[in-house]
Amino acid sequence: MKFSRIILANLFRKKVRLVLTIGSFAVALFLFAFLGVVRDAFSRDNLASANRLIIINRTSIINPLPLSYRERILRIPGVKSVTHNNWFGGTYIEEKNFFPQFVIDPENQRQVVPEFVVPDDQWKAFLRDREGAIVGARTMERFHWKVGDRIPIKTPVWGSWEFNIDGVYHGTRPGDDETQFWFQWDYFEERVPQTSKGQIGWYVLRIDNPDDAPRIAKAIDTEFANSPYETKTETESTFAAGWVKQFGNIKFLIVTIGAVVFFTLLLVTGNTMAISVRERTGELAVLKAIGFSDRKVLGFVLGESLVIAVVGGLFGLALALVAVPLLSRELSGIVPVLILSPTILLTGFVAALFVGFISGFLPGFGAMRMRVVNALRRV
Amino acid sequence: MVKVDGNGGDSSLIQVRDLDKTYRRGGEEIHVLQGLNLDVSKGEFVAFMGPSGSGKTTLLNLLGGLDVPTRGSITVAGDEITHMSAGKLTEWRARHVGFIFQMYNLIPVLTAFQNVELPLLLTKLSKAERRAHVETALSIVGLADRMQHFPRQLSGGQEQRVTIARAIVSDPTFLLCDEPTGDLDRKSADEVMALIQELVSEHHKTVLMVTHDPLVASRAHTTLHLDKGLLVEAGSSPQTVSAGGVA
Repeated sequence: MKFSRIILANLFRKKVRLVLTIGSFAVALFLFAFLGVVRDAFSRDNLASANRLIIINRTSIINPLPLSYRERILRIPGVKSVTHNNWFGGTYIEEKNFFPQFVIDPENQRQVVPEFVVPDDQWKAFLRDREGAIVGARTMERFHWKVGDRIPIKTPVWGSWEFNIDGVYHGTRPGDDETQFWFQWDYFEERVPQTSKGQIGWYVLRIDNPDDAPRIAKAIDTEFANSPYETKTETESTFAAGWVKQFGNIKFLIVTIGAVVFFTLLLVTGNTMAISVRERTGELAVLKAIGFSDRKVLGFVLGESLVIAVVGGLFGLALALVAVPLLSRELSGIVPVLILSPTILLTGFVAALFVGFISGFLPGFGAMRMRVVNALRRV
Repeated sequence: MVKVDGNGGDSSLIQVRDLDKTYRRGGEEIHVLQGLNLDVSKGEFVAFMGPSGSGKTTLLNLLGGLDVPTRGSITVAGDEITHMSAGKLTEWRARHVGFIFQMYNLIPVLTAFQNVELPLLLTKLSKAERRAHVETALSIVGLADRMQHFPRQLSGGQEQRVTIARAIVSDPTFLLCDEPTGDLDRKSADEVMALIQELVSEHHKTVLMVTHDPLVASRAHTTLHLDKGLLVEAGSSPQTVSAGGVA
């Protein structure tokens, strides 16, 4: 503790440089945390249920499947229940107010997706109301809606619609998507053109045993092979991974950007520390002359770089703690839920300490090895 | 007692025997010190003079354990320092040597108090004990009222007095002064030299000083000249010394 005053005094020697270096750490750590959050959001396959399968049209998810497949799917051994969804693709009043709307099969939705919880009274009201909708809590909050509101939704394909909000669903796990908007298949089927009637977007089915997933998937795809609507059946996690892949290799991209950020930070802080040590070679030599050991001199330099790393790192992570929920709210419905996990915070802090250590160690080691006589001669 | 013939006996505080220091510059060997002997008793004030490049600072660095000789031995208060490891030598310096440099070499971001306290941070003294020692040292050099001043807020003479306070605060065995007045005007130089004389006469410090200035050197008990790698007392010739030494 008695040496901390020397470390602090040296830190404040050049205040602008100190602020800029701490700022570099803060920005880098904020970026790291944000990239980590996005990476997590796009690789959250832990939320996918092991006993759920997704069936889409083999050609593409935008190609429909017949509703008539439902009964045939249910007959395949191991299938417990089936529901189906359609993508609606509407916006609320303005185009910027985008969020995901799905046409659902109200009879089976809750059996297949039990993690999204709707109070029973609200669900019953929804079943009674042909134009009713169940909305995720985050979307309710985003547009300041309340149960009982009647809201307009407009789509370029299906025109203008109106819905009554009958209930709100909540996820049961952190990261559950609470941005969706569900409305009834019957209402949809009634209003779409004749050519689109009887066509669903995809099936979601629940199976008895996750170990049977490969067999059931194969059985389903075989069942509909050589038909006008061939199927592609995958586990929910494979389907989610494939979906993310459409955006490119996000994980690789984010890891690469993160590595570049930290390497640049290492160069910046390493250079700053090297300049800082070079500027006071004489002072360090005097310390060694009056009896400060090589290790203590190294400790002073390392102490400075670690203080910068800790302060800058904590500042950046604190900024992320404030900003991520705000960004998540702003990007609601466009990207998955953004969650700043303790793992990201801890990893970021350790990475900051690592960069702080390396950037201080190299010039500190030079100061440690410096010959006092040579350094004093240069003063 | 100061002797340069190698016959000072075991009672000397500082004993230097057959000291050689050779530098290599390119392919050439430069013999800075050759077979140098020196004995200094406790409480002596010795000035080293000589032309530039004669090896004055090299001798001071060797005596202070900042450099190692090519050959020979240096013994201070019974400790032979020439064979100590770098770590041991650092500990030894902290206990036994007080350095006073020409350019003061204070840490600019620390106050006078904090600069003087530096050597005490290496001891086990409590904060209160450190404070008492620092206040005493600064009082001795007449800067008790400048404790919280930073070096930039002090004159050159005051800075050098802070350096002296830093050198004496841990009560070292001896003080090494490298051109202590080299960067000061005459008035400040006189004040600093009066202070160093006071340390010798009243506090019984042993002081070894390098200087170019004969007036400054005249304040010492003994002035030794370095010439061709050997020490001679003022007024003597190197031949006399190498033939048998003077006492």
